[in-house]
Amino acid sequence: MMKTLTRLGLIAALAWAAPVSAETVNGLRTVDEFADIADESERSVALFNELMVVIEHPRCLNCHPVGDVPLQGDDMQPHQPPVVRGVGGMGAPGMRCSTCHGAENVTYTSGDGSIPGHVPWHLAPIEMGWVGKSATEICEQIKDPARNGNLDLAGLHEHNAEDGLVGWGWEPGVGREPAPGTQAIFGDLTQAWIDTGAVCPAT
Amino acid sequence: MTHQNRRQFLASAAGLTIAVALPMKGRAQSGAANAFAADGSGSFAPNAFIRVAADDTVTVMIKHIEIGQGAYTGLATLVAEDLDADWAQMRAEAAPLDNEKYKNLFFGLQGTGGSTGLANSYTQMRKAGAAARAMLVQAAAAEWGVDASEITVTKGVITHGDKTSTFGPMAAKAAEMTPPEDPPLKPASEFVYIGTDLPRLDSPSKSNGSAMFTMDIDIDGMETVVVAHPPMLGGTVASYDDTDAVAVPGVTAVRQIPQGVAVYATSTAAAIKGRSMLSVEWDTSAAETRSSAQMMDDFAAMVGSDTAKTAESAGDVATALENAAQTVEMEFRFPYLAHAPLEPLDAVVEVKDGSATAWGGWQFPGFDNQSVAGALGMDPANVAMVTMLAGGSFGRRAQPSAHIGAEIGAIAAAAGRDGAWKLVWTREDDLHGGYYRPMTVHHLRGGLDADGNITAWHNTVVNQSIMAGTPMEAMMQDGLDPTSYEGATKMPYDLTDMQVDWIRAESPVSVLWWRSVGHTHTAYATEVFLDHLLELGGKDPVQGRLDLLRPDMTRDRVVLERVAEMAGWDGQKVKNGKGYGVALHESFSTYTAQIVEVEDKDGFPKVTNVWCAVDCGVAVTPNVIRAQIEGGIGFGLSSILHDELSLAEGGMVEQSNFDTYRVLRINEMPNVMVDIIASEVDPTGVGEPGTPPIGPALANAWRALKGENVTTLPFSKSVGA
Amino acid sequence: MTTFTVNGEERTVDVPGDTPLLWVLRDELKLTGTKFGCGVAQCGACTVMLDGTTRRSCVTPVSTLEGANITTIEGLDTPEAEAVQAAWAKLDVPQCGWCQSGQVVSASALLYEIPNPTDEDIDNAMAGNICRCATYVRIRQGIKDAAKALET
Repeated sequence: MMKTLTRLGLIAALAWAAPVSAETVNGLRTVDEFADIADESERSVALFNELMVVIEHPRCLNCHPVGDVPLQGDDMQPHQPPVVRGVGGMGAPGMRCSTCHGAENVTYTSGDGSIPGHVPWHLAPIEMGWVGKSATEICEQIKDPARNGNLDLAGLHEHNAEDGLVGWGWEPGVGREPAPGTQAIFGDLTQAWIDTGAVCPAT
Repeated sequence: MTHQNRRQFLASAAGLTIAVALPMKGRAQSGAANAFAADGSGSFAPNAFIRVAADDTVTVMIKHIEIGQGAYTGLATLVAEDLDADWAQMRAEAAPLDNEKYKNLFFGLQGTGGSTGLANSYTQMRKAGAAARAMLVQAAAAEWGVDASEITVTKGVITHGDKTSTFGPMAAKAAEMTPPEDPPLKPASEFVYIGTDLPRLDSPSKSNGSAMFTMDIDIDGMETVVVAHPPMLGGTVASYDDTDAVAVPGVTAVRQIPQGVAVYATSTAAAIKGRSMLSVEWDTSAAETRSSAQMMDDFAAMVGSDTAKTAESAGDVATALENAAQTVEMEFRFPYLAHAPLEPLDAVVEVKDGSATAWGGWQFPGFDNQSVAGALGMDPANVAMVTMLAGGSFGRRAQPSAHIGAEIGAIAAAAGRDGAWKLVWTREDDLHGGYYRPMTVHHLRGGLDADGNITAWHNTVVNQSIMAGTPMEAMMQDGLDPTSYEGATKMPYDLTDMQVDWIRAESPVSVLWWRSVGHTHTAYATEVFLDHLLELGGKDPVQGRLDLLRPDMTRDRVVLERVAEMAGWDGQKVKNGKGYGVALHESFSTYTAQIVEVEDKDGFPKVTNVWCAVDCGVAVTPNVIRAQIEGGIGFGLSSILHDELSLAEGGMVEQSNFDTYRVLRINEMPNVMVDIIASEVDPTGVGEPGTPPIGPALANAWRALKGENVTTLPFSKSVGA
Repeated sequence: MTTFTVNGEERTVDVPGDTPLLWVLRDELKLTGTKFGCGVAQCGACTVMLDGTTRRSCVTPVSTLEGANITTIEGLDTPEAEAVQAAWAKLDVPQCGWCQSGQVVSASALLYEIPNPTDEDIDNAMAGNICRCATYVRIRQGIKDAAKALET
């Protein structure tokens, strides 16, 4: 039933309402909810599509641009002030990401909003750019060591489940909607997807 | 720090001081003699223009606020020229409030605006310099026992034969001399400084952080105050709960004042944080609760209403339109704009023993003096006004309402004791605080004959009045506010059947002059519509304008021809994928023509080059003039591309900071080539006239490139994604 | 209590930990060359050097600064800063001046890392510093002139 909803509609619906399923957490279904899909490959695809709920959230997508400029905000506008990727995705000389983004989220003195922070704070490498790509393309991309920071699947799971900057997506500071679910669920879904053969959705 | 500065001011106030007050219309004559009235103490009166100190420094008391436009440098240049001072000895200092001695000769009271600073001071400051020179020469003549006519002065050195002196040693004696009745001014052929590039007096201190602005003032025991203002314009406080606010460390008090709810604290951070913990109920009964989109529709619907007042007409436009072979209509929509000077509004007041001192970016210090004193219940004579360097204004600090003075006064009054307070507006206050460039609709109808000549021109302008309801209302005649449509009238073109109507719209949203005032929208509407008509008539944008200029519009003609030459105009509006557009517009008696080169970058304009020819009469400080034109172009481009101050349904302002109220950044700044027309006409202002032509020149270039007229501003609303 | 170094001098302040460095500099340490323009890291007027890189002091809580090394416009004395300030005065870059402390800090940092910046390098480094007077033409030229002066 939920699959008939658009992904954005799903997020919108679940961000404000009680979970549709008792086990769904903040708009992200848990691994158990996929147990009734008998076919392992199908289950794997379904699990990946669930990962996409997180991957396509502005908290994640904004810093995985396919160009040199990050996006910003829940409406995914180009970053203001204008910034560029720079070496290592850390920004330009004189205007690094760390010029504004510190070790932690900082609520503005006015109380109205915050500037995000984490160490390190940087763009995903351009080969990991996701904006505008399909689930299939993203799936192939994140399995490809040449385009995922030379990670095997275990490394990929660790990244999704443990990485601090990935985890920021669920603690994004005042004025920003967190990514769906929790990082732990995201990690579990990643592991379940790997365990079912890490199958990618068909085009 | 300010106390120390004041002491230094007093301690250094020894030497020769000269005050010059020219009568209102006395630009060609000298009232210098009247102004040298000695105060009997052997030193000088405090209302002086020039102070020559024993250490050889020459300090010019600047009657205009320095907001970046170069008033300090410009007026000091005029004094140095006819004083024959050395530029290195020149200093500038803000004059105190004195609506008589320091009045703007064009206004009749002390004030800065309308690009008049240098223009009204031109003869006055030169006369002041010439008088000081004459008195120094007399002193030297007496000291040396020689004939004054044999003494020469060059770059700060007085010479007779082998006797020389700098100014300092002669200052005390010069103060005893009789001021000359009408000191002669140098002929232009002998100018040493006027027309040359002198270093600005304020560049070093503004490059190393030492320049002092209002927000930088610190006084022992001073509290910083931020005020919760109504979030919709025209709202008032219904009730508030300060329980959480007063619990914030550093917050000392919360008090209601007429402007809102004021949070007093020992630091700025505490005050801002305290305000965020307030809860305020607002009474919106008198507030604007329409969305700005709705208001714009309402304004547009007023076109044709019988409340229209005719601001200018010639011939019979109705008949001319009827007889036209082709008629064209265009409606232009201009949003509210915030000035957003980078130093947000602020002020400091110190109250002591029944008198007060108020520091601020006072642009009309007399108005603010009245409002500070009024709030404090003091005689205005007991409130000293100190005009500080201000971090930009663009019109925002020129407040007939004197609302910042009223607010800092109310803050001190509510505290009900002696003390010192600093009012700080945050950027959110600035953008939410009203006093915007009026939202405006232009409805234009034009007629062309069979040969493509323009035969009819009818422009209806709808917007709020800036002057109504302020002390400036007295200047309105027949219910007309010229600042609403200036530039739509008095066009330089030969339009025999034409009419300009103004319809006054009303709203609780406060409006104010914004760099170039009415010209911000009239130049755009008229020059885009004209360009469109010229194109329909098969005319070249440059030659078509030249052919249309009235014969006596020589200065318009010269700047247009010059800019065409600068840009290598060859009639091709699109070359190598770039569009080229022209605009010509006089404002504040300065003539400006611009040509823009624009690229289509991902569907949005990227302006690459701007050429500008400007005729502002005698170019006193060419480097400052070029800087003002460059800046005026950047400021105008910012608004044309990005800026819009909008109200949501219910009246809440939708932009809070520079992330949503986007202003021009360096990556969008074009190259700017400025050429100043040589002239011997008395100088006119340059602070504003660079701004009006950039928008229409860009729009005309964009239409050339893309075939679309942009009639709803900003571009970001009409063009691209 | 937080202790850090400002312009070579050790300073200890006793303010709430969430107080932005901007207001500590201006209100507590009376270093007013660092300016307030937006409070949300949009305008760059509050830029200082923090442990060797540019930093917007308006979004830097003092609690994060224990042991930090901060240089403000008042203490900026690198060859790059001196060249930038000389170029600024020579070209008369400032108009109102409110943004220029931040501009000078950013420009100096850029030149330290890139001695001969291209227009693109300048845009990338300086786009975070708003100048409402739009002195950008001269900022660009000032950086190039400073670069040239540093070569010799």
